[in-house]
Amino acid sequence: MSVKLTEEMLSALPDARGHFGAFGGRFVSETLMDSLMTLEKEYNRLKKDPEFQARFDKELADYVGRPTPLYFAERLTRETGGAQIWLKREDLCHTGAHKVNNTIGQALLASFLGKKRIIAETGAGQHGVATATVCARLGLECHVFMGAEDVQRQSLNVFRMKLLGAQVHSVQSGSKTLKDAMNDAMRDWVAHVDDTFYIIGTVAGPHPYPMLVRDFQSVIGRETRRQCLEKTGKLPDALVACVGGGSNAIGMFYPFLGDESVELYGVEAGGLGLETGKHAAPLCAGRPGVLHGNRTYLMEDENGQIAATHSVSAGLDYPGVGPEHSWLKDIGRAHYVSVTDDEAMEGFRKLTRVEGIMPALETAHAVAYAIKLAATMDKDQTVVINVSGRGDKDINTVAKLEGIEI
Amino acid sequence: MSRIEGVLKTLKGQGRKALIPYITAGDPHPDVTVDLMHTLVAAGADIIELGVPFSDPMADGPVIQLACERALVHGTSLRQVIGMVKEFRKTDDSTPVVLMGYLNPMEAMGYEKFADAAKDAGVDGILTVDLPPEEADEVAPLFTERNLDAIFLLAPTTTDDRIRAISEHSSGYVYYVSIKGVTGSATINVEEVAAKVNHIHELTALPVGVGFGIRDAETAAAVGRVSDGVIVGSVLVDTIARNQADTGQLKRALTDLLHPMREALDSLAS
Ligand SMILES: Cc1ncc(COP(=O)(O)O)c(C=O)c1O
Repeated sequence: MSVKLTEEMLSALPDARGHFGAFGGRFVSETLMDSLMTLEKEYNRLKKDPEFQARFDKELADYVGRPTPLYFAERLTRETGGAQIWLKREDLCHTGAHKVNNTIGQALLASFLGKKRIIAETGAGQHGVATATVCARLGLECHVFMGAEDVQRQSLNVFRMKLLGAQVHSVQSGSKTLKDAMNDAMRDWVAHVDDTFYIIGTVAGPHPYPMLVRDFQSVIGRETRRQCLEKTGKLPDALVACVGGGSNAIGMFYPFLGDESVELYGVEAGGLGLETGKHAAPLCAGRPGVLHGNRTYLMEDENGQIAATHSVSAGLDYPGVGPEHSWLKDIGRAHYVSVTDDEAMEGFRKLTRVEGIMPALETAHAVAYAIKLAATMDKDQTVVINVSGRGDKDINTVAKLEGIEI
Repeated sequence: MSRIEGVLKTLKGQGRKALIPYITAGDPHPDVTVDLMHTLVAAGADIIELGVPFSDPMADGPVIQLACERALVHGTSLRQVIGMVKEFRKTDDSTPVVLMGYLNPMEAMGYEKFADAAKDAGVDGILTVDLPPEEADEVAPLFTERNLDAIFLLAPTTTDDRIRAISEHSSGYVYYVSIKGVTGSATINVEEVAAKVNHIHELTALPVGVGFGIRDAETAAAVGRVSDGVIVGSVLVDTIARNQADTGQLKRALTDLLHPMREALDSLAS
């Protein structure tokens, strides 16, 4: 069901108003419009500025540790008995996840724009840690908004952020999770719009965020494409990535969008099962609406109130998704699927035991689906999993699920 | 002429300023909202801004966030809010009502259905906090066709070009957000507000209502001096929160709050 997307079509997206087809855009209160338009203008200028790009590349190489390896998971492939399974090792990035590719890019933008105060939202705390890290690196003041519920669940990451010098604001409103953290970050931004840069952690939010986060994360797909050609002599047959807001997935997919033969699979959090309503899979089971500055697939009730989400993985526990994914779904270029909490845990155990690589619980969703997919494919085909992060942060959650006290 | 235009024109003829209270529909309970609307009118309201509760009110401070939560506990939906206006209209067909809220509940209902139902109920204007005119191509014409006023926000950060463009998309009045911040957060700097509002008057012929940061007779008068109307929100909603247990007492408290503002505004009339 692949769709041919030409170079021309792709470079025209998003359009001048930040739309990906019917999705995206800029739905914010008036106070923020001027800042967003300035950011868009400045980003479009810096994107073509050799000095900015050289600085970004240097940070990715020397600070983040890029390029990350493309690793052949030989034992997993043998046990699965289908396509060759390769792993793009974003878990080896500094701070343990792909998130830092984006935070370093946005923090540099902030520096070039002369903004000294940084705010960010976080769910699991990975984006918060990545932001606090680059703020320490660049000498910027850092405020992280985190739902009170998540502050409890992810106390280790809260402590990491504090060690890095960030101020963590516990958000008491609404469901006290990621979406509410994002609301409060937006509210803070409205109040400090003159001196503050908002580093959004995924490809969501108002234009130009979905575009610029995609651009910063696209280094994942560009490297993967080159490494695949070097190591296997051809393009991969399928790419698999987990989808929370969708930044690691779009970073992997984007450089392959024009390659018709490459099938793209985004894996959402199926939670306790789509039929239970307790999940975080807006692309699989939601409908289009407007939240956090853009139009996209959402989980909502019949009155347009945003629904509560559930996932074993805090980083996927979000009722929306980046607008470019909504577009890719509607035009049929990418497939969006889900796996349950239990299947993800199975994927976590499998990769840990068979390859000695402990994935983040977010990533474990991609692993679980890729194993199912590879089993249906031929031995001469290849599947690449984006290993978006490592699982150390999830040890407490895993232990709890297994009834073990650490 | 729309009901909003008519009211603002009459006030202007009298040299008076509009008093525009905001409450969240369904707070503290859907059953009392219509009663509270009549109370506001009796206490001197010229136009009512009726908030449509939303689960994620990104532009609101804690006071209105909590009001949304109280309303949503009782499942207050956009349909019900429209029903409240219909009920209100049974005994008041002169006070304009503006629905103020976020886009998603309208999108979920369907824009055409929403516009029809709002018109039928006697709603006069729609103010959508997270809908800048750039994104309103599809929605705004549905309002205009039905003679519903589309009211857009102006902010301290709005450039002159945008003030002109936004005013062109607006009817009824434009709403100037007096502070950089969410509802109920900061105290206003009256001189800055006056300068900006005077400037806005140079760029548009539409009446200018000023909201955010008006909490008593003194701030109402100071802002009323330079604008065509004052919008009072968080301080009313806070009063609702503190008197939610006793509707009689709540109505007295709201009246006690609005009355001095009405008098202060009217004392400006020359
Ligand atoms: C390791 C990891 N993968 C994936 C995600 C989900 O985010 P996104 O879909 O933007 O990649 C997170 C978010 O916290 C994460 O920490």
